[in-house]
Amino acid sequence: MSFILIGLSVIIAGGLLALIFCRNSQLSTLFGVGATLVGCLMAIIPVLKSIFYGNAETIHLVWDMPYGSFFLKLDPLSAFFILPIFVLSMMAAVYGKEYLMAYRDEKWLGISWFFFNLLVVSMAMVCLANNTILFLIAWEIMALSSFFLVAFEYEKNDVRKASWIYMVASYLGTACLLPMFLILGAGSHSLDFDVFSKSLSPSMAGICFILALVGFGTKAGIMPFHVWLPIAHPAAPSPVSALMSGVMIKTGIYGLVRILSFLGAPPLWWGWLLVAIGIVSGVFGVLYALAQHDLKRLLAYHSVENIGIIVTGLGVGVIGWSANMPVVAALGFAGGLLHVVNHALFKGLLFLGAGSVFHNTHTLKIDHLGGLVKKMPFTALSFLIGAIAISGLPPLNGFISEFVIYMASFQGAIEMSPNAAIFLISAIAGLALIGGLAAACFTKAFGIVFLGEPRGSAARNARESGFWMIIPMMILSIVCIVIGLTGPFVIRMMSPVTGVILGSIHSGEIQTASNWLGYITMGSLVFIVILAAIAGLRHLLLSGRPVENVLTWDCGYAAPTAQMQYTASSFAQPVLELFKFFLRTKNNITISDAYFPSASKFESHTPDIGSDGIYKPIIRTTTNFFRQLKIVQEGRIHLYVLYLVVTLLILLFWNMR
Amino acid sequence: MEIASIINIGLGLILAPLLQGVINKTKASFAGRTGPPLMQAYFDIIKQLKKSAVYSKTTSWIFKAGPVVSLAAVLLALAIVPMGGQAAPLAFPGDLLLLAYILGLMRFFTVIAALDTGSSFEGMGASREVLYSALAEPALLIGLGAIARETKTISLSQIMPRAHFFSPEIVLVVAALLIVFLCENARIPFDDPNTHLELTMIHEVMVLDHSGPDFAFILYSSSLKLWVLGLLIIGIIFPSPAGSFWLLYSMISVFGLLLLAVVVGIIESTMARLRLARIPQLIIAAGSLSAFAFILVMR
Repeated sequence: MSFILIGLSVIIAGGLLALIFCRNSQLSTLFGVGATLVGCLMAIIPVLKSIFYGNAETIHLVWDMPYGSFFLKLDPLSAFFILPIFVLSMMAAVYGKEYLMAYRDEKWLGISWFFFNLLVVSMAMVCLANNTILFLIAWEIMALSSFFLVAFEYEKNDVRKASWIYMVASYLGTACLLPMFLILGAGSHSLDFDVFSKSLSPSMAGICFILALVGFGTKAGIMPFHVWLPIAHPAAPSPVSALMSGVMIKTGIYGLVRILSFLGAPPLWWGWLLVAIGIVSGVFGVLYALAQHDLKRLLAYHSVENIGIIVTGLGVGVIGWSANMPVVAALGFAGGLLHVVNHALFKGLLFLGAGSVFHNTHTLKIDHLGGLVKKMPFTALSFLIGAIAISGLPPLNGFISEFVIYMASFQGAIEMSPNAAIFLISAIAGLALIGGLAAACFTKAFGIVFLGEPRGSAARNARESGFWMIIPMMILSIVCIVIGLTGPFVIRMMSPVTGVILGSIHSGEIQTASNWLGYITMGSLVFIVILAAIAGLRHLLLSGRPVENVLTWDCGYAAPTAQMQYTASSFAQPVLELFKFFLRTKNNITISDAYFPSASKFESHTPDIGSDGIYKPIIRTTTNFFRQLKIVQEGRIHLYVLYLVVTLLILLFWNMR
Repeated sequence: MEIASIINIGLGLILAPLLQGVINKTKASFAGRTGPPLMQAYFDIIKQLKKSAVYSKTTSWIFKAGPVVSLAAVLLALAIVPMGGQAAPLAFPGDLLLLAYILGLMRFFTVIAALDTGSSFEGMGASREVLYSALAEPALLIGLGAIARETKTISLSQIMPRAHFFSPEIVLVVAALLIVFLCENARIPFDDPNTHLELTMIHEVMVLDHSGPDFAFILYSSSLKLWVLGLLIIGIIFPSPAGSFWLLYSMISVFGLLLLAVVVGIIESTMARLRLARIPQLIIAAGSLSAFAFILVMR
């Protein structure tokens, strides 16, 4: 446990040194990256120990703060969330060394590295804190440091706007957390997590749950509290987007799960609500992702989708918990939480891949790219692995966690009473639809960006990124493959983690899932063997035969240009057309009707129903309301003096009574 | 793994292309033609295997990986679906998910291989394929979920022997699965395998640029996919109790598949392809049938 404290201190110290030497980009980068690597490697040791042995350790230091105490607790649940934080932070730091260097003439990189290191430490502290005050302080430092990282390119107008929206959303979320913690801590003298009573009345527990769902859900990006996410994540530099999308939003999930563990056995409607929110977030997240033209915005919407899958898993777990079916409960939580780690890996990988594309082409407009697989083979390969993983396809890690959630739902759907089973079969249908649409979205993203002919000079002149950007992507790809093939072992680690939530260890149920996953591993290995055999056969058949390279066959037309290729917009159009009732895509077409038509123009834009349909009206009404109040406060001092006099007079009469 | 399941896989590997022949013969007899020989699919595959390949300059290794991954995926799928009451070699609780998702992997690679050519023609097919399959997935899984609830198991190899055809739920599920079967295999009313080079094509257009052994792999994989998804329907309709007469029941299954091919031939002869805008409605109808079946099972 002390290793964690030392490791975190190293990271902070490195950040401070980077800040001190912020004018020297080489030196500050060295401190920032080096400290993150050393610190994470040190701190990861007790984390791994806690996951493997399932034990909990605490540190309690004196802290002169009312109701506060420096109380850290590393149990399997926190360890499970901290592990991806450290892994992804190391990868993002190594990647950021080269990525951020491109800005060394315009920015003082030391400042960014300071906030980067602070973000890493605060995320770990959020998961470690065992006291409300400490938790909230870490929570706010996390929000602030990421705010400054989002505002990296503050000279751009939309980046400034994005970071402000992020800031406001963060505070709105925290506003729900304060009353929730007060309800939980009511009646005891301290706000340590350990003393939170598990005997809240059902209505109070319900209020706590709703507050946690809104407060933590805002951070996690569940619909309809997601609006900040697709705005803020793309605005940040890519290693930071990877960190925010990969792990920072998961602290919201951590908070929600932690609160669930305080509240004890839940009623059934919590599960219904979670499943419903999960499916809505998942389906709409992926639909909005399909409608995007910007690669990083597309990835950001996919974070909403994957948070949806995770929340669906948690909902299935809650349904199983309340209906007293340990298999459903344990596997629902295990699958949902395993997806937290898996999503951290492949979403981090995809954001790094998108960053690599941007680093070399200076554009993220999907329709301006193309053909990068030849120019950037390593980026393309790792992006492809990330794309298959996020689509939940075997033999990669995304399939493992989705399989576990599916199996929990199936177990419940075939055995539970209709009122629970109907939600579980909806979860199955929702997951199936999300999976199919995610595959649609990532065939689009990968196919248009990396395949075909380059659609512009940016893509035509691209080169592969340097060694230090490739290595983190390769490592993350390998981890995705390894988890995909070692499902039976990975799932067994979930036993102590789900134990923390459910209050008792369900190793039997987890073992069953482990056996099923054993077959998946077997199937995947058989698949790989067959694949190799067929590839060999193909090679054998083609060797010695003349192989011709010609133009793509376009029905006899021999002079195709890159502009004639299918674009991302046209690829996604049938889906958007089918779901137009929800998406309301606006098309803007300019066609010249001269006899010899020259250039025509087509634009499409899909506004977010959450921000345009829900938040804008609310904010407009609130603003109007406060505008009415301006009559009272309009800036004339003699009016204010009058208020003072009137107030004094009222108080005087009050007292005379 | 028993000898029976090996033989069942062997039957699939050998007989799968025959289904295409039966479909085409049925269509020919409806149209009063002689039609291509029953074994035409075999001839095509062998011919393509012997040929050399032509590649577009635009394509990369993805284009070459597409057919290989497709064939490997559908071969794994063949090992998951039970036949004639005999458990499949790879039978476990949740195998239906691996089946659905390994076919998803096959589709993923077919689609990106199509996009690799840079042809807008193939892009069009790819774009439609991903939409229709995304809609078909829920219909498939809810339908199987309904039978799973009826039989209280989640393994295809245990679901199939226990399913009773003579219940309204199962009839609904079979109807839904038949729609999914036609959609996934790109048959009429979703897609017409005979119309090369029309703007309404889906599957055929995605493989326009493949040639030689690559194209042979694609032809063989689509035959096998027809076989695998057909077995899902046949396994539910035809009684297939697990037991010692497995060879008899395997033969019944083969007979059922041939019958299914005749039914597909009849559907293709009597129906026209739907307008593209109508296709999602039909798939959503399949999803509704599945959902209704699940509600009936919950009674």
